Amino acid sequence: MKIVGAFLLLLGLTWIIPAFQNYQLATVAAYLCATAGLTVLTGQNGQLSLGHGALMATGAYTVALMQNAIGVLVLSLAAGVLVTTAAGAVIGVAAARLRGPYLAGVTLAVAVVVPGIATMFDDVLGGDQGLTFYLAPPPFGYDFPFERWQAWIALGAALLTMLLLGNLAASRFGREFRAVRDDEIAAKLSGIHVARTQILAFVVSAAAAGLGGGVLAVLAQSVSPGAFSLTLSLFLVMAIVVGGLGSLAGAVWGAILLVALPDLTARVTDVFALSSAFAQRLEGNLPLAIFGITLIVVMILAPGGIQGLVRRVPYRLMVIAPLLRLVKGR
Amino acid sequence: MRKLVLPIAMLLAVVGCSSESGGGGGASVPGVTDTEITVGTHMPLTGPASAGYSQIAPATKAYFDFVNAAGGVHGRKITLNVKDDGYNPANTQQVVRELVLQDKVFAILNGLGTPTHTGVLDFLNSQRVPDLFVASGSRSWDQPGKYPGTFGFNPDYTVEGKILGSYVQKNLAGKKTCFLGQDDDFGRDSLAGVTGVLGDAGVAVKQTYTTSVTNVGPQIDAFKSNACEVVILATVPGFTALTIGTAARQGFAPQWIVSNVGGDYNTLAKSLGDAAPLLEGLLGANYLPTASATSDPWIQLFQKINTEYNAGAPFDGNTIYGMSVGYLFVQVLQAAGKDLTRESVIEAVEKGGFTGPGLGPLRFSGDDHSGYGGLRMTRVTDKVQAYFGPTYETDSEGGPVTEYTVAPPAPPANGIPAAA
Repeated sequence: MKIVGAFLLLLGLTWIIPAFQNYQLATVAAYLCATAGLTVLTGQNGQLSLGHGALMATGAYTVALMQNAIGVLVLSLAAGVLVTTAAGAVIGVAAARLRGPYLAGVTLAVAVVVPGIATMFDDVLGGDQGLTFYLAPPPFGYDFPFERWQAWIALGAALLTMLLLGNLAASRFGREFRAVRDDEIAAKLSGIHVARTQILAFVVSAAAAGLGGGVLAVLAQSVSPGAFSLTLSLFLVMAIVVGGLGSLAGAVWGAILLVALPDLTARVTDVFALSSAFAQRLEGNLPLAIFGITLIVVMILAPGGIQGLVRRVPYRLMVIAPLLRLVKGR
Repeated sequence: MRKLVLPIAMLLAVVGCSSESGGGGGASVPGVTDTEITVGTHMPLTGPASAGYSQIAPATKAYFDFVNAAGGVHGRKITLNVKDDGYNPANTQQVVRELVLQDKVFAILNGLGTPTHTGVLDFLNSQRVPDLFVASGSRSWDQPGKYPGTFGFNPDYTVEGKILGSYVQKNLAGKKTCFLGQDDDFGRDSLAGVTGVLGDAGVAVKQTYTTSVTNVGPQIDAFKSNACEVVILATVPGFTALTIGTAARQGFAPQWIVSNVGGDYNTLAKSLGDAAPLLEGLLGANYLPTASATSDPWIQLFQKINTEYNAGAPFDGNTIYGMSVGYLFVQVLQAAGKDLTRESVIEAVEKGGFTGPGLGPLRFSGDDHSGYGGLRMTRVTDKVQAYFGPTYETDSEGGPVTEYTVAPPAPPANGIPAAA
């Protein structure tokens, strides 16, 4: 229940922090839905997906179309999750028959094809320009800051996702996920239906990604294919690896990184007095490079990701503290 | 579940800490102090549309530096905060929020791109941020009832399409005319203007492209197999160059007629490199003095500023465009007076009466938020893009295309618009 407490604290925080931080917090929460889902799939069930950005797009476009058709946010988000769940089931059935690079290939194809669909059916989906949609003002009156309201929506979605996925991981299904990840043959011998378990993991993961995508659309009040490029899919995988593969806490780190790193790189280019043309060129490409370098560094220094590192810190401190005492004693 | 507490606590700490930097104090007008005005913009400094366009904001900045060196406007120096959106609407959403919510800019000036800027209209409107002189000719900017703070700069694409269409009607009659447009309001508004004059049947083949797909081979195939003789392009510079280059490779050489946003000779010649001679005979339309008109006093002024304040960057249509925007903005600030507020600046624009280097009329008023209302045809001859014929004006509805005979005034002696 500590997690609920922490989220309540975050909700309270949205009263204090300024609008842009609320927007960033909401973005972290939206990404968290997707990284948490991907953590269940990749970290706990051992299936790699390079197509989760596309699943987020599926949720986002569904929300946009539903908002324009009916305009009830809860219904739109629910529809986004449902449609993505269906898409996840289709991909999941294929995925359950594929392993390693083949699975990566299929999901990669999904990541490439889905944004293309938006440009193909441009009269419905708006092409590269995307779709904008109306979002009702907060139910607390027009003076209520819009970004705080958006943060509440996003934090609510993230809380729901984390609670459900956390309970799932602790349940019989969670144990089956991990059994299949660790050794498929052993799992099969223990009476676990491997394919069904894998499909279930994919469906759950897709549903979470769909919700994340839908919330992301709500934050921008628009969707466009550029928000869900192949780069996003790759970023999501990198984020959960750097964050700490396998634990939902790692997914939180990953979501924070997805928002913080591009921001940080912009700041870094500001600090160095670079020629403006060079800084401009850098700013477009630097986040990718920094993410890549971070990935390499983390893999070498802390194979368990940030969460793995954090888990080791108290132990390290316990070693260092007596040493310090020795030094001081003399 | 207990493991989650630490990352969430960190998140709390991070978000909590950064809040201090964001607090803007109790300033009455965002982005305005007694000594400074901060405005922001979003530009494609990288990505598919960056060719040429990445030079616009530095040119605007250079004009502001020129004005700042002379003491600024009403004692305030102008700072332009430029953010790269890579011509990706999703990034525009992000950077414009950063400019408005985090950096607390006074206004958004000359945000570039039809697909990109369309996505932030509602946000800017809900935040009551003046959205001045959008760098695009989409008709969306001209909706005073829905978006009271948004004003265009470019002639809208339908106005331009009508003028290009009427040129074809008069001078290239009987030739099979085709059209390639960007797959968004840019291409659609432009096509509406062209067919408004030539009729739907007057455009034999209509094709579109998206900036995320850098291959226009199939579109060229369609033009070639239908024996198009004239092709009108509503394309950004990178795609104008791509189209002309691809067509040459496929042995297809129609008469090209290019929209002003994608027809600057110097930008295209740089993109095409050795293939620049393909641009000979290229027709287009424009409404600002061309870089080749070295005797034009505006060009002399802008060249001087470019040398002194823009590190002598390549002087082309983008530079002229960026400085023209800067000039108009300074003119508006002068008109808005010393007590600068978001309301007073919008009032000042709506009062109208602005002039500048542009050839057509600037007709801002309470119920007209579009930008320039006229253009003149250009042709490339011996590597020089020059104007010919009269300047035309028209509206974006069914009105006729007529000649506009008022010549732009000379710039003020010191290069800075005087206070109203």
